[in-house]
Amino acid sequence: MILELKNVTKQFGGLTAVDNVSFSLPKGQILGLIGPNGAGKTTLFNCISGVYSLTSGQVIFNQQDITDCKPYHAAHLGLARTHQIVRPLNELTVRENVTVGACFGREDHGLVEATRIADEIMEFVGLEERADVLAGSLNVAQKKRLEMARALAARPYLLLLDEVLAGLNLSEVAEMLDTIYQIQEKGISIIMIEHIMHAVMNVSDHVIVLNYGELIAEGTPEAVAENPQVIEAYLGSPELADKLLED
Amino acid sequence: MKTFRSPGLWLTLGIVIVAAGFPLLAGSASLREMMFVVLMSVTLASSLNILLGYTGYVSFGHIVFFGLGGYVGFYTMAELGWNLLPATLAGGVAAAVLAFLLGKSILRLRGAYFALATIGINEALKAFVNNFGPFGGPTGMELHFSVYKNYGGATQALWTTYWGLVLITLLVVLTSFLVKRSKFGLGLMAIREDEDAAEVMGVVAPDAKTWAFVLSAIFPGLIGVLFFFKNGNIEPEDAFRLQLSIEMIVMLMLGGQGTVLGPVIGGATYQRVRGFLLTSPIFKNMQLAVAGLLLLLIVLFIPSGAVGWLRARNDTLRRLLE
Ligand SMILES: Nc1ncnc2c1ncn2[C@@H]1O[C@H](COP(=O)(O)OP(=O)(O)O)[C@@H](O)[C@H]1O
Ligand SMILES: [Mg+2]
Repeated sequence: MILELKNVTKQFGGLTAVDNVSFSLPKGQILGLIGPNGAGKTTLFNCISGVYSLTSGQVIFNQQDITDCKPYHAAHLGLARTHQIVRPLNELTVRENVTVGACFGREDHGLVEATRIADEIMEFVGLEERADVLAGSLNVAQKKRLEMARALAARPYLLLLDEVLAGLNLSEVAEMLDTIYQIQEKGISIIMIEHIMHAVMNVSDHVIVLNYGELIAEGTPEAVAENPQVIEAYLGSPELADKLLED
Repeated sequence: MKTFRSPGLWLTLGIVIVAAGFPLLAGSASLREMMFVVLMSVTLASSLNILLGYTGYVSFGHIVFFGLGGYVGFYTMAELGWNLLPATLAGGVAAAVLAFLLGKSILRLRGAYFALATIGINEALKAFVNNFGPFGGPTGMELHFSVYKNYGGATQALWTTYWGLVLITLLVVLTSFLVKRSKFGLGLMAIREDEDAAEVMGVVAPDAKTWAFVLSAIFPGLIGVLFFFKNGNIEPEDAFRLQLSIEMIVMLMLGGQGTVLGPVIGGATYQRVRGFLLTSPIFKNMQLAVAGLLLLLIVLFIPSGAVGWLRARNDTLRRLLE
């Protein structure tokens, strides 16, 4: 197992954003994480990556307890993530942004080697032509790719992708999915939060569903898509439920 | 080393060397005194740049390191009979230690809270020194005139101090450049742009910030000793002058924060303008108001400062100016 969550709970004052969630992810798999807006998906990522401290529960990454780790410790151990709301380092170039990932991530490279890795990764995600512009000047699709590139440059074991497809047009979605497949082929495990159903259902080996912070279903994409509880709780409306089944 | 082939570094060092050499060529003591103030400003602005320009943390009370370094160095000379060189180093070490201890605590604060905390620390240390017997309390300490005999007389001592300052200025420019081009510096700039994102990427922000703070404190600590040695006496009001702290920020912003050349240009320009204003009776009492207005205009119209503005013009300038 690359990642195991045991009874993870996160409360903000009276609000329980993540409620007693447990699951585990075998190495090399892609796990789809779905659920309506406000279900607690991003909060769960923040709990795993050390951005939030847990109210209770345990996070085991690669046989190591990272429950109380700071984000940079988790990064050094091989955990990388993207942000749903992109966070480019605006006044640095695209190359410098990606170099930060390589410099301070799992492999802890010096500048020269990190820059070489950055060039390689930028080519992989298709940002090589934008390498020397300031990250702040990229468009949304490119910023999403930059998030991905920085995370990959760290050479992680586990990659957390938070809605990397949102806001992309159809061909951009197809390209990004292709990139995600290639990442999996490198042996990197992935958890992806996604709203575009056909994408999650196609790409994931396994899917889990959050609703009001609780894990209400898990299984293969097919099983989850047909689970009446998911259809009801997650989509709330019959038409959307039909659409889910069609996809 | 490819890093050292940067034209921007040599341009900046060249400017400092040429400017610093003038007083020697002219053999002029008054020119030397003028350049002393200029180089001191350049050093203060450059060291602040490591924290403010690269790391994005605004220290309003940075002069505390100048004051503390000055006091510690002065004490070793006046009371313990140390020579200028070890005294200067002691001043630098004292400033570094204070920054290290503070870094572990107040660098957790962000934005305005950090800025306010630094002002508080400057005022607190000033109050402490005011009541600290060994440092002479409110009246401070004096160097006996005979001390200068050890340096070949007062005139020679002033020149020695000047060359010490030139050396420190070159060192701070070199440090500023090396930090900017290093992995450490990249981490600092990542923190400046988005500290949370930087931590997620693996930058150990608490440590990086602390070391940036320490580096930016050492140089003011060193030159504090030179300044008060030359001065012959030290008092709390002179050592912990908040006004100079604010002027440091103005100089840095004027030249361009986050650049190596910027603080050099900014420090020199500001001091020349200030020198001019001081001779004008109308402006004499309004220096701080003028500095404040200048800061406002910079932030509004050229937030990246003169060098930042030039670098954004075209690629040649971007390559040439560091
Ligand atoms: N830092 C925070 N402070 C307080 N409430 C938060 C915070 N972060 C998220 N929440 C709340 O937690 C719930 C889950 O949010 P989020 O994890 O962003 O949902 P999702 O990503 O599934 O759309 C929401 O009700 C949100 O308002
Ligand atoms: Mg979300």
